[in-house]
Amino acid sequence: MDAIKLIEVKEDILADNDAAARELRLKLKSQNTLLINLMASPGAGKTSLLLQTIGELKNAFRMAVIEADIDSTVDAEKIAATGIESIQLRTGGFCHLDVAMVKKGLEAIDTPSLDIIIIENVGNLVCPAEFDTGAEIDVMILSVPEGDDKPLKYPLMFSKCHALLVNKTDLMPYTDFNMALLHERVRKLNPDIHIFEISCKTGEGIIAWTDWLKQSVEDFVKN
Amino acid sequence: MHELAVTEKILDIVVKHARMNRVNKIRSITLKIGEMSDIENEWIQHYFDYLSKNTVAEGTVLKIEKTPIVLKCNQCQRTIEISKAKLGEVVCPGCSGRKDFSIVSGREYFIKEMEAE
Ligand SMILES: Nc1nc2c(ncn2[C@@H]2O[C@H](COP(=O)(O)OP(=O)(O)OP(=O)(O)O)[C@@H](O)[C@H]2O)c(=O)[nH]1
Ligand SMILES: [Mg+2]
Ligand SMILES: [Zn+2]
Repeated sequence: MDAIKLIEVKEDILADNDAAARELRLKLKSQNTLLINLMASPGAGKTSLLLQTIGELKNAFRMAVIEADIDSTVDAEKIAATGIESIQLRTGGFCHLDVAMVKKGLEAIDTPSLDIIIIENVGNLVCPAEFDTGAEIDVMILSVPEGDDKPLKYPLMFSKCHALLVNKTDLMPYTDFNMALLHERVRKLNPDIHIFEISCKTGEGIIAWTDWLKQSVEDFVKN
Repeated sequence: MHELAVTEKILDIVVKHARMNRVNKIRSITLKIGEMSDIENEWIQHYFDYLSKNTVAEGTVLKIEKTPIVLKCNQCQRTIEISKAKLGEVVCPGCSGRKDFSIVSGREYFIKEMEAE
């Protein structure tokens, strides 16, 4: 009979991914490419926001998009129609992107010397919150029909993002969404977050967001 | 929801430690997982049973210790332990502040130890 041994493992399960993320951030910094990780529930408006953002910024910056939508090329085709390169990752049924997958996407991009690369992460507010992608900036969309209680249900997502876009504000009159309460709930989890109220349908608020993004690119290149 | 990805990682790590310690069978693994993560214990064990077939970890029991969510009030520096459900409604018992908290713990994914023979 063998004796039972207690082995102290003391390892962080996400350590490999975190280390790879740090390495990727350094590499992208040296190339002055700002990587943005866009997260939201299915249908919140990720692709619509990308289209609006590209429309505003494509003359000022060299941009590309990495699409992680589950095995369909619908979104990638919409982006490609703007003339911006978009890479479709085959994520199968995967619920989030990790650094290894993001790197595959980056390798597939042909456009040289990019200023901004935006990842459309898998549509879900849970899993993408827990995995670092190597992005410099994490951004999330919450759309009005989803409700103002989402910070209570998905606190990690709200606490890790640098910016929150509250989309579909044109639908406010048809819902009981309380914008002031939402701000209060979000600030409690994340006092430093930038909140933009937008409508990808009417274009409301898009300029405030793209101005912030422009500033972020300038700050990133300077520092 | 991403129990599968997390479980693959756990298996990689414990198999490595089994090799380093020259053991043939892992009996149990103790994990420390933050309350803030949405990991379901039952699913982790399920996936682990599936992935660990024909490895030193086959049949291993996963013991999951949840680490509490602890916030620090950035106004008065007091730390507050809180349940996930109450996160959006935190009021600091020190200064009655409602806005400015940082997360001290509750997000961890950690393999503490394992029993093996
Ligand atoms: N009323 C309204 N509809 C919007 C707005 N933004 C997006 N939509 C609509 O919402 C639907 C989903 O938008 P998408 O941009 O495809 O959302 P997504 O998050 O990329 O969706 P998935 O990739 O499928 O998860 C589409 O029918 C859009 O036209 C908005 O501001 N107002
Ligand atoms: Mg989309
Ligand atoms: Zn306080």
